[in-house]
Amino acid sequence: MITIDGTEVPFEAGQTIMDAALAADIYIPHLCHKPGLSPHGSCKLCTVDVDGRAVSACTLPAAEGQKIENNTPALNEVRKTITQMLFVEGNHLCPSCEKSGDCTLQAVGYHLGMLDGHFPQFYPRRAVDASHPTLMLDRDRCIMCELCVRASREIDGKDVFAISGRGTGRQLIVNSATGKLADSDIETDDLAAHICPVGAILIKDHGYEVPIGRRTFDLHSVAETDLEEIILKKTVHHDQDDESVEKEGGMYSA
Amino acid sequence: MSNNENLRRIAVDPVTRVEGHGKITLLLDEANHVREARFHIVEFRGFEKFIQGRPYWEVPYFVQRLCGICPVSHHLAAAKAVDQLVGVDELTPTSTKLRKLLHFGQTLQSHALHFFHLSSPDLLFGFGSNLKHRNIVGVIEDYPELALKGVKLRKYGQQVIEVIAGKRIHGAATVPGGMNKSLTIEERDRLLGDIDDILAWAQDAVTLNEKIHSEHAENHGFGRLNSNYLSMVGGKGELELYHGGLRASRPDGAQIFDQFDYRGYFNIIREEVRSWSYMKFPYLTELGRDDGWYRVGPLARVNNCDFISTPLAEAARKSFVAFGNGGFVHDTLAYHWARMIELLHSAESIRDLLLDPEILGTDLVVKGEKREEGIGVIEAPRGTLFHHYKVNEDGTIKKANLIVSTTSNNQAMNESVRSVANEYLDGNEITEGLLNHLEVAIRAYDPCLSCATHALGKMPLEIELIDAAGGMVDRIEKASNGAITRTL
Repeated sequence: MITIDGTEVPFEAGQTIMDAALAADIYIPHLCHKPGLSPHGSCKLCTVDVDGRAVSACTLPAAEGQKIENNTPALNEVRKTITQMLFVEGNHLCPSCEKSGDCTLQAVGYHLGMLDGHFPQFYPRRAVDASHPTLMLDRDRCIMCELCVRASREIDGKDVFAISGRGTGRQLIVNSATGKLADSDIETDDLAAHICPVGAILIKDHGYEVPIGRRTFDLHSVAETDLEEIILKKTVHHDQDDESVEKEGGMYSA
Repeated sequence: MSNNENLRRIAVDPVTRVEGHGKITLLLDEANHVREARFHIVEFRGFEKFIQGRPYWEVPYFVQRLCGICPVSHHLAAAKAVDQLVGVDELTPTSTKLRKLLHFGQTLQSHALHFFHLSSPDLLFGFGSNLKHRNIVGVIEDYPELALKGVKLRKYGQQVIEVIAGKRIHGAATVPGGMNKSLTIEERDRLLGDIDDILAWAQDAVTLNEKIHSEHAENHGFGRLNSNYLSMVGGKGELELYHGGLRASRPDGAQIFDQFDYRGYFNIIREEVRSWSYMKFPYLTELGRDDGWYRVGPLARVNNCDFISTPLAEAARKSFVAFGNGGFVHDTLAYHWARMIELLHSAESIRDLLLDPEILGTDLVVKGEKREEGIGVIEAPRGTLFHHYKVNEDGTIKKANLIVSTTSNNQAMNESVRSVANEYLDGNEITEGLLNHLEVAIRAYDPCLSCATHALGKMPLEIELIDAAGGMVDRIEKASNGAITRTL
């Protein structure tokens, strides 16, 4: 047993603290973690206090007797600051973004009570790659979580994405001779094309089809939402074709 | 443009109760006559530039952020262009009606805001009355019933927008080739529940404006311009706000063109750039740069149309025409009267659309073959609005051109300002009275400049009077609360 905020939580050998928490329906804020993909520990949102040490819940194995603090004002304040930094490091224009309401970064911002970016904007210059016929890469919104990198490598059996560069020059790159998405192995049905928690990888010609009030995080808070289900739902949405648009009450009933 | 070597310069800055920031310079000759008026736009927005490289389906959502008063108009004009980009020339009947309903909701709320909140204080209390009282709070104190009607009219328009777009401001309604949500029976019935009050209040607003305008002879000549007019009209020449052909008329009512397909707008309108303003100066190509300026908006539309399809608004239009002795009404302050006629038409049209069974349909999207170019035009609350986009093969925007309503009225606003300034400028002093009258003239056209401009600007709080030799003879600072101090 481990305890998270005073609640006893069982775990199996090999599980991380994040795995054990998710299995027990305890929400630890996170962006780069995804069950089924190898842990990454890059976004640092899942930072928890384990016996007085600050560690990433998604990478630290659960061990007998750990006393973990998770949902505390101090930790959530740190998480909010991390989220603010993620916002200012990219170019996140929520008002016009098709991912608004379906964006995990935005939802985490709401969850943590983030009201502004706090820090000066970096305004990085990052290129859009619209070369692919059905997919689009908007690097402005990339938070370097590498979910697409891991999904492509570990689930799709390809190696389409990587993160390259340092500091503010860091960005998502594509493994192809030209560096363009069109020349890579990616296909529309790949998990890598649908796993982006923000709007960096988009399905072309789609957007704003789910009315306000019925989008993912209109219906459930990020804490309530099972990420796995979201991805499945999204995949189904985009696989549906024209018939789906005539469903009662909108294109895609939630 | 006049030679300004020997002119003195008066700057009035900023203009209040106009959303966005304006600044007026009056160029005087040595006899203290206003030779030229320049209504500067000192903000730069740059939407046409930064939309480049963005995907086409984002456009209606990007450009609606041009404005917080009429976002729906930008959203719909862009959506009409995007329909063409995906090869759709005609939406399903339900989607067309939902868009019209959305647009009438927008026109209703914007017109109510423009008149009741922003302009009625001037018209009810007098242009020179106490500044501290001449605002919407003063209207609430002195005319509580009227103010409440205005607030509720606006609220109703916003509720119409909300049920269709999910939010009152900056919602999500359109998708390429259609709409994203149908109207439920509950939503329709909720809106229908209030429509009788809305119609009655809209009728009252028309009556009030007719009275204000016809009973105050001093208002008739205020900033009046015998101008050309441009607007959209329906297939039968009726008032049309969502989709139709373009009609332009000369001051005497003679038509310059009619039922012009707006997708060829660049053949009939050109835009001139002047160094002192970020707002361009469009003109009708046929009449040329000097004579081709025109007015758009409620006055243009009510003058230009042959009739209005809804009975109450048509009756109101007939009174308006009678006031003009059958010809066009050129009084600048009659913009408000025409605006309220359109407010009434919007309320009647909302009722008719809600009672139409097709509004509840669920067939919402049409698909087509992609094209490289799309042009959407709509009659926004303040006038004809043009959105023109070209896309690259990869679906990103190559080029965008927007001619917003206020831009079309640019020259007209300058002309009205000059006319009013000549009447009210007294000697070498900038008076509060002058400032007030200039602002009233601008507000007749537009309470909103944010959309029309091309640079993110400063907001200097000063009024300067500079003589022909360049020396400052008067200087006034105006605080954001309206307090004026002389700081020479």
